[in-house]
Amino acid sequence: MAVAENNGTGRRASPRFLKVLVKILKTLGSVLITMLGLMFVTFLIGRVMPVDPVLSVVGERAGKDVYDAAYRAMGLDKPILVQFGYYLWDVLHGDFGISLLNARPVAEDIKRVFPATMELATLGTFFGVFIGVPLGVVAAVKRGSWIDQVARVVALVGYSMPIFWLGLMGLLIFYGILGWVGGPGRLDIFYEDLIPTRTGMVLVDSLLAGDWTVFKNALSHIILPASILGYYAMAYISRMTRSFMLEQLSAEYITTARVKGLPERTVIWRHAFGNIKVQLITVIALSYANLLEGAVLTETIFSWPGIGQYITTALLSADMNAVLGGTVVVGLIFVLLNIFSDLLYQVFDPRAK
Amino acid sequence: MSQTDTRKPTLREWLLTDTPTSRFHARMAALYNGWLTLRSNTMAMIGLGILLFLLLIAAFAPWIAPMDPLAQDLGGRLAPPGTDGHILGTDSLGRDILSRLIYGSRITLYIVTLVAIIAPGVGLLVGTVSGYIGGWTDAILMRITDIFLAFPRLVLALAFVAALGAGIENAVLAISITAWPPYARIARAETLTIRNSDYISAVKLQGARPLRIITKHIWPLCISSLIVRVTLDMAGVILAAAGLGFLGLGAQPPSPEWGAMIAEGRRFILDSWWVATMPGLAIFTVSLAFNLLGDGLRDVLDPKEGGS
Repeated sequence: MAVAENNGTGRRASPRFLKVLVKILKTLGSVLITMLGLMFVTFLIGRVMPVDPVLSVVGERAGKDVYDAAYRAMGLDKPILVQFGYYLWDVLHGDFGISLLNARPVAEDIKRVFPATMELATLGTFFGVFIGVPLGVVAAVKRGSWIDQVARVVALVGYSMPIFWLGLMGLLIFYGILGWVGGPGRLDIFYEDLIPTRTGMVLVDSLLAGDWTVFKNALSHIILPASILGYYAMAYISRMTRSFMLEQLSAEYITTARVKGLPERTVIWRHAFGNIKVQLITVIALSYANLLEGAVLTETIFSWPGIGQYITTALLSADMNAVLGGTVVVGLIFVLLNIFSDLLYQVFDPRAK
Repeated sequence: MSQTDTRKPTLREWLLTDTPTSRFHARMAALYNGWLTLRSNTMAMIGLGILLFLLLIAAFAPWIAPMDPLAQDLGGRLAPPGTDGHILGTDSLGRDILSRLIYGSRITLYIVTLVAIIAPGVGLLVGTVSGYIGGWTDAILMRITDIFLAFPRLVLALAFVAALGAGIENAVLAISITAWPPYARIARAETLTIRNSDYISAVKLQGARPLRIITKHIWPLCISSLIVRVTLDMAGVILAAAGLGFLGLGAQPPSPEWGAMIAEGRRFILDSWWVATMPGLAIFTVSLAFNLLGDGLRDVLDPKEGGS
């Protein structure tokens, strides 16, 4: 499509640039609205909960005047939109309230636990990309062969398996029976606090400290949860790669390239694969966002002190500030990754009109 | 091609005709053709078979289950599979795991059915209204849809259940709230293509009101793409429900919900592997069945989407 549009003569170049700019501004506008809506939804969730927020602060025994004072101090006598304004103001200033569980600011807690999740999701995405992309390409090239069938089954199983159960089975087999990997947690207990915390990601920190034994121990702990997350990423990425590749391989320019006598490897990897790179990057960004979600259950299984475990522990102790703070943060990152992949596509792929 | 012989056609011929004689006839013929395509897809038939089997198990649970799913026997706790007639073993309270799985299928079907009605229903309503009316209504409804799409589903469901309180109904509600936006998108897209077609103009000229047009003329055409999406989504719904159950936010003990059973077996995973393994296999089988059937249905109902 859009063949005539892209005749990049000098005269047309600047309107195209303007068009991209307008598109970016539009996207940013809708992002802002989406984020606002996201925070409004979390705010409302916080309001419909059956727990009385005032009581949880002042306690059951407080007198009526204390209760009323706290009620007003929390702004609960104001209209709901004004309350939302206050909430927004706080969130924009990085204030998610105080955790009821440990009386620390929720924002600080989230900052502390987030690197653990990032470490896990990043490593998982690496696995997903390094196995998923080649698998998808081969499945598309050898369509209908046994390897295509295997790829299909692998993906189907990935879509159908409860991630927390797979985690448990992994622990049972690789930790309990075979003893190949470390158990739950990020480090064995006697390695903890041996290295200074810089990034909060144990693998990186131990490398920075140059401590190989800690690094090895951390690796043995992260390898299982990361490969389980990676399996889900791989299922998704390989399927998408396959369908992108099939689309390219059936195009006429591929036939031309083959007729010209180019080696098959060049046709596949330079021509066809070269054309799906942008699409692939958007898929990878989306799969990274999905891994953040998958991390919630995986972290619970592996006692991984990340944001997923933070949210679920908070849930079970009805610590609503912590739950909502975690939800907003994960939601915002999710939106940002989506937008990022969308923008990337808009800017680098001329086919996206 | 027309048939010249006058004998009465067999049912099969009647269904395979090129020249249907009534609306009912045409509909049945289309259904039968779809069924023939679906039947040739082995994987989809396996999926359908598993689901029918599950339906039978759920319906006849009291007669099939060898024991009472709630009956405790602390003397025979954590018995490995095969002991004393416990085919799949017992859990930490000595309850028969097979019986609990059989009764648990009812809970799974209950959740799946409710979500399969609520989420596409809401999505259909929002999507068709949004697409048909257009303008500001469309802009606002689609913004709201986008906002819900922007959340990671499980995290949003967690937050909802946390606010509403744990329990099966609230889990269903939370999953539905997170599941409707894609249906709204699909229904809106279908509506936009249908809205300007000639037959809608014809109905309009006959004096039909928007409500009638939407419910009688647009909804029926959205159904097939929604069905495909529902079937493919059900695997995700089962996994989400099991996830909520696993976190203790879905069905409450002693209810034999599969996710909650895994959570219970988690503590004994290294010594008594069967307690957590069996319900996981059940969840896996059922969601795999939905995925297989969904893939097959997609090829039948929505050929343009089909991958192969």
